[in-house]
Amino acid sequence: MTGAQLPVRLSINGLVVEAAAEATLLQAIRSAGLQVPTLCHLDGLTPVGACRLCLVVIEGHPKLEPACVTAVADGMVVHTHTPELDTYRRMAVELFFAEGNHVCAVCVANGACELQAVAVEVGMDHSRFPYQYPRREVDASHPLFSLDHHRCILCTRCVRVCDEIEAAHVWDVGYRGSSCSIIAGLDQPWGEVAACTNCGKCVDVCPTGALFRKEDGSGEKQPHPERAQQLVEARTEHHWHNQ
Amino acid sequence: MNPDSTPRTITIDPVTRIEGHAKITLHLDDAGEIAAARFHVVEYRGFETFCEGRPFTEMAGITARICGICPVSHLLAAAKTGDKLLGVQPPPAARQLRLLLNLAQICQSHALSFFHLSSPDFLLGWESDPAKRNVFGLMAADPELARAGIRLRQFGQQIIELLAGRKIHSAWAVPGGVRSPLSAIARDWILERLPEARATAAAALELYKKLLDGPLQREQLTFGDFPSLFMGLVAPDGGWECIEGAIRFIDSHGRIVADGLSEDDYASFLGEAVESWSYLKFPYYKPLGYPEGMYRVGPLARLNVCERIGTAWADAELAELRQRSGTVESGGRIITSSFAYHHARLVEIVACLEGIEQLVADDALMGGRIRAHASLNANGAVGVSEAPRGTLFHHYRVNDDGLITRVNLIIATGQNNLAMNRTVAQIAREFIPTPVAAGAEIPEPLLNRVEAGIRCFDPCLSCSTHAAGQMPLRIELVDAAGRVLAERVRD
Repeated sequence: MTGAQLPVRLSINGLVVEAAAEATLLQAIRSAGLQVPTLCHLDGLTPVGACRLCLVVIEGHPKLEPACVTAVADGMVVHTHTPELDTYRRMAVELFFAEGNHVCAVCVANGACELQAVAVEVGMDHSRFPYQYPRREVDASHPLFSLDHHRCILCTRCVRVCDEIEAAHVWDVGYRGSSCSIIAGLDQPWGEVAACTNCGKCVDVCPTGALFRKEDGSGEKQPHPERAQQLVEARTEHHWHNQ
Repeated sequence: MNPDSTPRTITIDPVTRIEGHAKITLHLDDAGEIAAARFHVVEYRGFETFCEGRPFTEMAGITARICGICPVSHLLAAAKTGDKLLGVQPPPAARQLRLLLNLAQICQSHALSFFHLSSPDFLLGWESDPAKRNVFGLMAADPELARAGIRLRQFGQQIIELLAGRKIHSAWAVPGGVRSPLSAIARDWILERLPEARATAAAALELYKKLLDGPLQREQLTFGDFPSLFMGLVAPDGGWECIEGAIRFIDSHGRIVADGLSEDDYASFLGEAVESWSYLKFPYYKPLGYPEGMYRVGPLARLNVCERIGTAWADAELAELRQRSGTVESGGRIITSSFAYHHARLVEIVACLEGIEQLVADDALMGGRIRAHASLNANGAVGVSEAPRGTLFHHYRVNDDGLITRVNLIIATGQNNLAMNRTVAQIAREFIPTPVAAGAEIPEPLLNRVEAGIRCFDPCLSCSTHAAGQMPLRIELVDAAGRVLAERVRD
C-alpha cells in the first residue's frame, strides 16, 4: 500500500490550481472557485458523465472531456468557457427541453428546478430544435411519490442514490435510444416494487419535477440534493456514532 | 325579392372589447328582415383532453392557465374539486382566504369590464369615433375616471398578488386549502386602499345611474330584455354567494324553479348542446329541454337568485337596482334586461369591497391551520365557484393513482350562450333598419350596439372554449342561401 499521492498542479482558465491527485477535474474547477454547469453530477454520488454540460477543453486532447469523470493530471491546461463550449452547452440544454415535455409554468418544480436554472445560466431563451412532444406516462402507483417521465432527463441521480446510499436499487435505465427511460424494479409500476423503502431520496435528488411528492402542486416541490453528500459524510465520518 | 341583389348576412368579425375571438352573423330572410343572429366562437384549445393523464394535484395550476382575466375562478373550482377527491373539508381559515381571493377577483374583473371595455360606449357615445372608443379614448376624455377605474382593478389584482404571490396564474389554492395565510403587510395595504376603492365604486354608480336616466334608456329596454331562467349559487339563508352554498334556478317571475341543488348532480339538471357553427357549447336547463331551457348566469343572475347580499351598502344598491329595473310581473324582484348586467357588476363591486373589509378584520386569516392533508379518497368529484361571469363547474374523474381520466369544464360564458344569441338578435332587430336594401352598408354605430349586446355579458371566450388567442370581432350579413353579402372586421 502506497501513501497519499502528491497534489498535482494544473492550469484552469489561466489560473494555476493545485488539486489532490485523485480529484476529478470538476472538483478541481470548483475548488478553484470556478463554475461549470452540471445536471447529472451530484456530490455524494458516483459521477457518470451523462448530461455533457461539464465538457471542457483540455489542451492536447483531441475531443472535449466531461470534467466530472476526468481525472486531474499534472501540467493539464484546461479551459472551461470558450465560444465552442458555450455553444455546445446551450445546445445540450435545448435538446433536453426538446426531447421531453417540460412545461415550467405548471410544473411541480417550477422555481426550484435545476434544468430551469441551467437554461438561464447558459442563456437559453428558446429551443432551436423542434420539440418532440413524446407520449410518456406518469407512474403514480406509489402511495407517496410519483414519477413523471415527461420531465425526466435521464440524469440517473435516482438510480445512483437508491443503489449507492439507500442500497435498495429500485431504479434502473431501461430501453434504448429515444425510448430510454427510468424503470422501477423489473420495469414494474413503482408501487409494486417491494425493494422500495419509501425513503424519498430519489425525490430529494431529482434535478427536475420528474420525481415528486404526490401532494405537490405547481411550484411546490422542495428538492434536497444536498442530502446525498450529507448522508455520505455522516456514514464515512461516523457522525452518529456514540463517542 | 332577388336574392342576388339583396344583402342577406351581416358579419361582425372580430367582436371587439371582449376577451377572446368571436364573430357575429346576422341572417336576413328573403324580405331583408333580420331572421336570426348567431354569436360564433371561433377558437378552440382542448384543455379537457390534454389534462388527461396528469395528477389531479396539478389541475389547479393547469386550469388557472385557461384565462388571464379569471384564473382565480379556475383555481378555486379546481381546488374545490381536489378537496372532494381528497375527501376533506378545508380548514375554516382556508375557506375564508379563498373567499377573499374570489372577492378580489370579482372586483378586478368587473372593474375591467365596466371601465376598460364597456364604459367607452356609454361615456364617449355609440356614435363616437371607433378608433377612440376605448379605454385610451376614455383616458383622454375623462382622465380622472379612467385612472380611478384602472386603480380599482389594480386594487383587486394587488390583493390577489398579496395573497397568492402573483396577479395571474397563481397556484395558491390547493386541494385541501391554500398555501399561505394573509400577511400583516397585505392586510394593512388593503385597509389603506379600501376608502379609495369605495369612493370609485360610489362615483361609478352615481355616474351610471345618471346615464340610465338619460341617454341609455332605449338600451335598457332593447339589449337582451327577455324572460329566461337565472342560475347561481346562494348561501343557505338565500344570501348572495360566490364560492360556497348551493345552486338555485329562478324564473323571470321570481319563482324559485329549483333550489338547494348540488354541483355533484349537475349532469341531472344541465345539458350541453352543440351547434356546428360555434366551438362554444350551449348549456341548458335539462328539465325544460333545448333551447327552451335557456338560463343566464353571472352578476345579474347572482343578484336575481339571491334574496339579499348581506352588507348594508350593497343591499341598498341592490334594492335600488331592483326598484329601477325589476319587471312588473315579478313585483320588481327580477331584472330581465341583459343591459342591467353592467349595473349588477357595479353592485357586486360594492358587495366585494364590503366583503373584503369584513374579511381582513378577521385575525383568523393570518395564521393557523390553512391546509388539510389527505391522500386520494374518491375517483370523481365536481367543484364549483362563481366566476365574475357566472357559475363555473370543474368535473374530474381520476384513476386509483390520482391521474385524470376525464375532465369536463362548464364555463360561465357558455351558459350565457343562448342568451347572448338572443340578445344579438333583439338588438339587430331594434337598431338595424330593415328591410336591408341591396348593397346597403350597415352604419358602424349600429353594429357597435350589436357588439355591445355581447359585452353586456362580459364574455370570456378564452375560458369558455378553454381557447387561446386575441378577441377581435367580425360581423357578417348572410342571405337566405347562406352567402356572405357584407362583413365588417375590427381588430
